[in-house]
Amino acid sequence: MISMKKASHSAKIDVSYVAQLANLPLTDKEKEKLEKELTETLDYIATLNSIDTKNVEPTSQVTGLTNVLREDTALPSLSQEDALKNAKSTYNGFFKVKAILE
Amino acid sequence: MELNELTITEAKEGLKSKKFSSVELTKACLSEIKRVEPKVKSYVTVSEKQALEDAKKADTMLSNGDDLPLLGIPFSIKDNFCTTGIETTASSNVLKGFIPPYDATVVERLKNAGMVLLGKTNLDAWAHGSSTETSDFGATRNPWNTNHLPGGSSGGSAASVAAGETIASIGSETAGSIRQPADWCGIVGLKPTYGRVSRYGVVSMASSLDSPGPMTKTAQDAALVLQVLAGKDPKDATTSPKKVDNYVETLTNDIKGCTIGIADEYFDGVNDQVREKVLDGIKVLEKMGAKVKKITLFSPTYTIAVYTILQRAEVSSNLARYDGIRYGNDRSTFGDEAKRRIMLGTYALSAGYYDAYYKKAQQVRTVIVEDFNKAFQSVDVIIAPTNPNTALPVGGSAGNPMYGEMADALVEPSSIAGLPGINVPCGFSDTGLPIGFQIIGPQFFESLIVNIAHKYQQATDWHTKKPML
Repeated sequence: MISMKKASHSAKIDVSYVAQLANLPLTDKEKEKLEKELTETLDYIATLNSIDTKNVEPTSQVTGLTNVLREDTALPSLSQEDALKNAKSTYNGFFKVKAILE
Repeated sequence: MELNELTITEAKEGLKSKKFSSVELTKACLSEIKRVEPKVKSYVTVSEKQALEDAKKADTMLSNGDDLPLLGIPFSIKDNFCTTGIETTASSNVLKGFIPPYDATVVERLKNAGMVLLGKTNLDAWAHGSSTETSDFGATRNPWNTNHLPGGSSGGSAASVAAGETIASIGSETAGSIRQPADWCGIVGLKPTYGRVSRYGVVSMASSLDSPGPMTKTAQDAALVLQVLAGKDPKDATTSPKKVDNYVETLTNDIKGCTIGIADEYFDGVNDQVREKVLDGIKVLEKMGAKVKKITLFSPTYTIAVYTILQRAEVSSNLARYDGIRYGNDRSTFGDEAKRRIMLGTYALSAGYYDAYYKKAQQVRTVIVEDFNKAFQSVDVIIAPTNPNTALPVGGSAGNPMYGEMADALVEPSSIAGLPGINVPCGFSDTGLPIGFQIIGPQFFESLIVNIAHKYQQATDWHTKKPML
């Protein structure tokens, strides 16, 4: 197996906060396991700091394409029926969700 | 030879000269699926009814003299490509029961080319993995030794081709997911340049990296399939407007004088038998007139960190859409690996950490792209082992939260740079497991890497060997 150096990652991860940001329901047991695994992963990733990137532009994608546009005209698309087909809960052609307001 | 053992090229010839029909060809594949699936488990869904309908339609068109590029040819497709009316799960419980109301562009193009759809193949759930062991529906087995893994994430696709359960397959690669299982299963896997093939309708993993591509028995077949898949798609803004080459026409070009770059960094930590067979393969190409040049490349071990961040960050964003409201089941049904990646990605993108992780990784990405650009000024292609080792035993990928990214170090750099790469079988280990090498080219040089692969396969017969199942 290709080996990899570990560096040390100092900050403690707030797993509950990150899970909330990610809208991911986790049990306490899962949170505990994930905190350990994430810390281990971050230790490996800290090796990135040893690479000099002063004045280097970030590359977000490699195509070199920008502003890919099309004419602003409506084209055939999914029917309402097809779009709702896989929803667990619908009402009168709408997706139905749990109440968010009193 | 049994009909299911044919290549696309051989099957097309046989259909054209009426030696057999598409229905017979399809039935041969379906019957082999029934025979070996209990041992190999390549498929999530076998669409027998659809397949026979497709085949009947193809036979009618063939008798009318219609000449579509893949008319009547049975395919299996990785289960992260949307197929209208046929369950598409990405091997995850979140999408269990999801029936897409539309086709991925790749699927649409294959259908327009006349292909017969045999079914959807198993993958690591959400394509998060390099073993197919993290499928929510159980691991696929390597047809060469069913106590071993096929690799991943397109493990089901690779295994289905190697096991003769299909004539050809389609996979997708973010970093290694086509090339790696192709290597471990002893078949050809072609990852095109990022942006050469549309990602529309493919369950997104990392939007700046995902590349759908062919997984076939030969390089010649890969060229045929790529010809159908490649091209700009108005539904995917990252597809390139660059003209599509004629990949088939240039297959038999002489490779005399072609320069192959070899970097020690890509042989570091590689299993001895893998190294030996890859170097033997390069010697075969030298005998055909290719020149070998030593080059230095940015060490793959650094790209592990870059890739881990970029991919997990983009994964966390892409998996946010699975809210269980418009489709799919709720987010608690995500498997462990998906949860791990969503969490790491969300953390890396969160306020206060974005610059240190995602932005930094994007800067190192620039360094990697420029490193390859520099290398391609002095060589035409780069050849290296695809994997540092042969197929791991079942259970071999568990326990390491970064297993996938570490195992794929040799393919990550070219993926990060959006380059095309092809796996070519070049031998076996002393325990009978396949070994392959990868040919990496500059962006949009699929013609050249397929050409070299085809010339190699004309001089060798590794790709004709079949596992005993």
